[in-house]
Amino acid sequence: MTQVRSQTDRLADDGDTVPDRPILAAAARAVSGNHTAAWAARYARVQVISAYPITPQTTIVEQLGEWADSGEMPVEYIRVESEHSVMSALVGASLAGARTFTATSGQGLLYMAEPLHWAAAARLPIVNVCVGRGIGPPWNIWADHHDSLSMRDSGWMICYAATHQEIFDSILMAFRVCEDPRVFLPMMICHEGFTQSHTIGPVEMPDQRLVDDYLPVVPPEGWPHTFMDPSRPTSHGLLNMPDDGFFYEIRANIARAHDRARPVIAEAVEEFERTFGQTYGGLVHEYRTDDAEAVLIAIGTLADQARACVDVCRDRGLPIGSVKMRFVRPFPVDEMRDLARRFKVLGVMERDIDFGIRGGIVAGDVRSAIQGQGDAKVIPVVAGLGGRDVSLDEQVAVAETILNAGRTGELDDQVIWLGMKE
Amino acid sequence: MPESTKTKTRPTPRSLAKEAYKELWLKGNGTCPGCSLSLSLRWALKALGPNTCVVAPASCTNVVVGLYPTSACGVPFTNMAFAAGASAGSGIKAGLRARGQHDTNVLVWVGDGGTFDIGIQALSGAAERGDDLIYVCYDNEAYMNTGTQRSGGTPFGAITTTTPAGKKEHKKDLMAIVAGHHLDYLATACSSYPLDLYEKLRKARTHRGLKFVHLLAPCPPGWRFQPRYAPKVGKLAVQTGMWILYEIEHGRMRLTGPSKRLASPDAQMKPLSEYLESQGRFRLATGAIYDELERWVRQNWQAVRDRLASEAAHAAETTDSAAQED
Repeated sequence: MTQVRSQTDRLADDGDTVPDRPILAAAARAVSGNHTAAWAARYARVQVISAYPITPQTTIVEQLGEWADSGEMPVEYIRVESEHSVMSALVGASLAGARTFTATSGQGLLYMAEPLHWAAAARLPIVNVCVGRGIGPPWNIWADHHDSLSMRDSGWMICYAATHQEIFDSILMAFRVCEDPRVFLPMMICHEGFTQSHTIGPVEMPDQRLVDDYLPVVPPEGWPHTFMDPSRPTSHGLLNMPDDGFFYEIRANIARAHDRARPVIAEAVEEFERTFGQTYGGLVHEYRTDDAEAVLIAIGTLADQARACVDVCRDRGLPIGSVKMRFVRPFPVDEMRDLARRFKVLGVMERDIDFGIRGGIVAGDVRSAIQGQGDAKVIPVVAGLGGRDVSLDEQVAVAETILNAGRTGELDDQVIWLGMKE
Repeated sequence: MPESTKTKTRPTPRSLAKEAYKELWLKGNGTCPGCSLSLSLRWALKALGPNTCVVAPASCTNVVVGLYPTSACGVPFTNMAFAAGASAGSGIKAGLRARGQHDTNVLVWVGDGGTFDIGIQALSGAAERGDDLIYVCYDNEAYMNTGTQRSGGTPFGAITTTTPAGKKEHKKDLMAIVAGHHLDYLATACSSYPLDLYEKLRKARTHRGLKFVHLLAPCPPGWRFQPRYAPKVGKLAVQTGMWILYEIEHGRMRLTGPSKRLASPDAQMKPLSEYLESQGRFRLATGAIYDELERWVRQNWQAVRDRLASEAAHAAETTDSAAQED
């Protein structure tokens, strides 16, 4: 059993401030969601940042660029000419053993698709903040999940943060999970355009030394995955033949790493709570599900609002709970199966469409995960595309529909297109 | 009198005898017979030494370096996506610097497709930022790894699988494009003159920012000639004036190797037909195409001679005014 030490004990253990490793004091700051992400990268002592502007992400890399220039943040900051180069540069930097970070949105994420896949297949612990926005045409820069979810099959871990505090904390946790030798995968931390990126909120930022404890700085000799090391020459990404090579096995190892990431995420969350006193649950976070008849599953801000929705429903005597899905990759398979055994109906609300099937992308994943487990039916709810507002009343109405569908048994082939103009 | 070509980095027979044993690009790799990529990379790594990391975006190099888990590269080597040679190089350099390894060379080893075409944006970005990279474009004048499709580097009149009647456009003036980024050091080279390449890379190492070397690399299967003629074809390219060997250091151009002897307008170049007829890829070239290529060669040489003359005049002017001040 780990002895929990007080903050003062921990701080007293540490030596003096080293100039190239500035120590930030604990502080509560009123910041935008984007600046929260920038602060998290600074606390995480990121070593290489590569950046290209895109709305609504831009203020993240602007803030980091300011700190890089002022020297407040000792970091190699590469101002590249495209998102393809953003991720390619981070692949290079990570191969050379540095802790790396960037942020992007919508079209930018799509443009970096090729090196995104490369980063995951090269097993590099890169952290990328995706500030979700609509994909054009038509042009749209507001909250949407289609950008990050279209990279669902890239091999990246994908995490959605619903509040400013969660953005900050998730980025710290992300580095810890990504850099765990059991995992060695990149992670995307997603929040939403404008509703999160440009709104100001309070964020508790801990003492730097606690962060350093939680997230050890990169060792001088680099990570075990440091490939660009002249003292230990290796070649990376060599051609593999279909039968004599190991392409299949190397790809399968990415899937295994996702499986191993599940307990690593749980550990990281647990240790985070011990260190900082904050918790978000593991891959999912349930709210008032104990005596519920049906649950509303959602990601991002829709999940945060779903808790308020559940409270309203409960006041009206509607037995509904909510589940915030924090991670879409690795997918919370066991958690979804558990829900399927406990509830008749799972509503899945998301800001994206899985074209050519039925409803949203996450709903499809939920269906696939729960196959053969219990009698639960999935009702996809497509909502809030391109930043369209989803009001609490609308969400309550959806909750009621889901509950009634479960009670009447009229469940087949329903997709709820919430807030769509006729 | 041309300025002295003797520099500290000039190899001597004795130093080269030593270099010959330091192999960082190893035997048993998968290059075709007569491959000039292999010859050039071998000498490039001799010039840069073991404290070097190599990044190679999609090209023949990705295949010939070896099948997993074997590798012919004696220094850290990574494959990379096609468009991303320069940007991955910038990242590697930044990562090494972040870890305190400031003196490690990063060699970005890219084909003509990855430089003239798909990778030109990343190259331009890295050059403009002045990232500390040694970028070598080994130019075999088509997409050879995929079986000889035309690239922005394919010369006028050459047959490729996508220009079966011969290419209708001249190759891009890559050196002019790159020179537009105000580099401290850029040079051309040819695999048939490995010592010239060696010297240029030794020199490149001492400069700041992105150093660029445009290397002509004759490709026996792609250019349609017998592997044993690879060095000869490269030499013919230089001797006929089709390829000009030079370096530009801090804006000053200097011809190198056999190209020095061709600087004078009266210099006797070998007939261009000797070069064109040495390869099957020009077999459809008519007299008109020969004429146009000859015109193109004359134009390139005129530009070089004009530049050298203007630089010499400028230098003389500077010396005069300095003398007057004294």
